[in-house]
Amino acid sequence: MDVAAIAKEIKRDDMLQMYHYLRLTRALEDRVTALYRQGRIVGGVYTSHGMEAIAVGYASALERDDVIAPYHRDMGAFLIRGFTTGEILAQYLGKRTGPTKGKDGNVHMGDLRRGVFGFVSHLADNLPVAAGAALAFKMRGESRVVFTGTGDGGSSRGDFHEAMNFAAVRKLPVVFFCTNNQYAYSTPLRLQMAIPNVVDRSKAYGMPGEIVDGNDVAAVYLAAKRAIAIAREGKGPTFLEFKTMRMHGHSEHDPAKYVPRELLEDWKQKDPILKAERLLKELGYGEESYFQRVAEQVKSEVEAGVEFAEQSPLPEGPEMLEGVFADGADSY
Amino acid sequence: MVTTARATEEVSYLEAISQALDEEMARDERVFLMGEDIGTYGGAFKITEGFLQKYGEWRVLDTPLAESGFVGAAIGAAMMGLRPVVEMQFADFISCAFDQITEVAAKNHYRWGAAVPMVIRAPFGGGVHGGPFHSECPEGWFFHSPGLKLVAPSTPYDAKGLLKAAIRDPNPVIYFEHKFLYRRIKSALPNEDFVVPIGKADVKRVGNDISIITYGAMVHLALDAAQALTEEGIDLEVVDLRTLIPLDKETIYSSVRKTSKVILLHEDNKTGGIGAEIAALLAEDCFDCLDGPIVRIAPPDTPVPFSPPLEEFFLPKTSDIVSAARKLAAY
Ligand SMILES: Cc1ncc(C[n+]2csc(CCOP(=O)(O)OP(=O)(O)O)c2C)c(N)n1
Repeated sequence: MDVAAIAKEIKRDDMLQMYHYLRLTRALEDRVTALYRQGRIVGGVYTSHGMEAIAVGYASALERDDVIAPYHRDMGAFLIRGFTTGEILAQYLGKRTGPTKGKDGNVHMGDLRRGVFGFVSHLADNLPVAAGAALAFKMRGESRVVFTGTGDGGSSRGDFHEAMNFAAVRKLPVVFFCTNNQYAYSTPLRLQMAIPNVVDRSKAYGMPGEIVDGNDVAAVYLAAKRAIAIAREGKGPTFLEFKTMRMHGHSEHDPAKYVPRELLEDWKQKDPILKAERLLKELGYGEESYFQRVAEQVKSEVEAGVEFAEQSPLPEGPEMLEGVFADGADSY
Repeated sequence: MVTTARATEEVSYLEAISQALDEEMARDERVFLMGEDIGTYGGAFKITEGFLQKYGEWRVLDTPLAESGFVGAAIGAAMMGLRPVVEMQFADFISCAFDQITEVAAKNHYRWGAAVPMVIRAPFGGGVHGGPFHSECPEGWFFHSPGLKLVAPSTPYDAKGLLKAAIRDPNPVIYFEHKFLYRRIKSALPNEDFVVPIGKADVKRVGNDISIITYGAMVHLALDAAQALTEEGIDLEVVDLRTLIPLDKETIYSSVRKTSKVILLHEDNKTGGIGAEIAALLAEDCFDCLDGPIVRIAPPDTPVPFSPPLEEFFLPKTSDIVSAARKLAAY
């Protein structure tokens, strides 16, 4: 990590803001995990614990008018796009005040006005959709960019490949990423693909690709900036492979006994928050007392969210009948 | 085969579809086309012939051979304010895009309020010796997926008007166009802009004795049977559903209340087909007005076979309708 180079390329405020969001993501998801263990969450919980730098890094590199079609461990992207902790917790609790009004759970939330597509369980389904949004931008001559990705598991889906190929052929302003966190549920990478690096998959589509340290928020941010610039210049899609590790089970119900403990110990040293703190210190942007202040600040933000969500009403049964069809099309 | 012909300016079912696309593209610059070979080649059935020259390669997009990928892309473009019209080369290949249609397009509005205004044109149906992969009627798969609208016109007028309505609708619409009718059915069309509203069935022949409820190419078969039965004094009423979702229950019910007898006719396989659903609705809501059993005419539960005698055996025939109507009339 070349500290001087980073200091030149990333503004101090941006670095500090990313640190804030790393902390907020961790605090929010840890709270969700705790609520899950108390049996207060409706449905499953899939966290980005240990992988927060990816969504925080790329979402910070985008402009407001750009669009995100997130992966299922991209909590940081929702927060950066202005989803409040209250709304997010309301979503987890199935409340009417959640972004899907109780129609869907966990990170399956989206909002066109905030430029975030709702996640679809069927992994990689949103990649062609993201390419289509980029197609609209290109057709209208807008300089907007789309950011979308999936896990190492999702990268085996046909839709992943169909989307990459289509975007490459038409040089669409989209950036594809893969969070290679070594496991897809219990399936290790070696049973997912016969190649060591997911990035090799992009070669088949004539797409430039890069391997990035997914635990280093500055590295993610800078790689995202480079790919976004290429897309904005009309030079087409880029593929980023973020190397990281899934530090919790697939979902909070999964103790992940299939993951060797030493591997986790090893990756714990590379925790994205620790890494960011080391960098901030080296840059002279922050020290322990500052980190402590941020930790307290995000904690109260999360607690306010819990209160909001818990006090929010559940939807009434018949509300489930609403909204199957649209009356008018939102022109986003 | 019946054609509602006028001597002047007859337009085929295929030309009607082509006209609708052309007029909508001219009317609204957000409308664009995607599909395999639709550009220079003009599409497998030549519906978009000349469109590339007229509208350019970004409004007539030749896509890679990847139905899931380009249907997904259409969904994304639709959410961003464009109005994509996607062509399946044959309706059969819609299975490759099934996931995008049922999981993404159909559910987005319900889940998070994002409208997906797009149309998928699906050339469907048999009678052209296409075999198991070029003759399918896949509407039943989508009939069961809330959030989609399904239309299936039987005449050039309905084909044009329903396609325009589908393009202007804020929801994902699957437009089942029948290949058998492309060049076989012609009629004169109004010069002015018109739409056929989605969700409205049409009584194609008024009759008093038996209601036959159908759609697509089977409408013409029903009209032929009705013609044949007039000599025997059996008066069939032919209801063309035109839209499968949302289903026009009112028109179905009022026809059945009038005639008290009903034949459900379709080209999709019998089990779990649209006829099965309508039979159940009639049993629920019109039981007391029925004077005979609900009769279903539909192909057996096999893939569509290739060889002419096999396919002929598979498809419903006028004689099937005639004999069913005779039995029902005697009830
Ligand atoms: C098409 C599809 N098949 C199966 C699943 C069930 N499933 C959910 S997450 C998951 C593993 C995903 O692994 P990966 O893409 O590597 O992401 P990770 O969860 O490891 O971050 C599976 C199999 C699914 N959601 N979608």
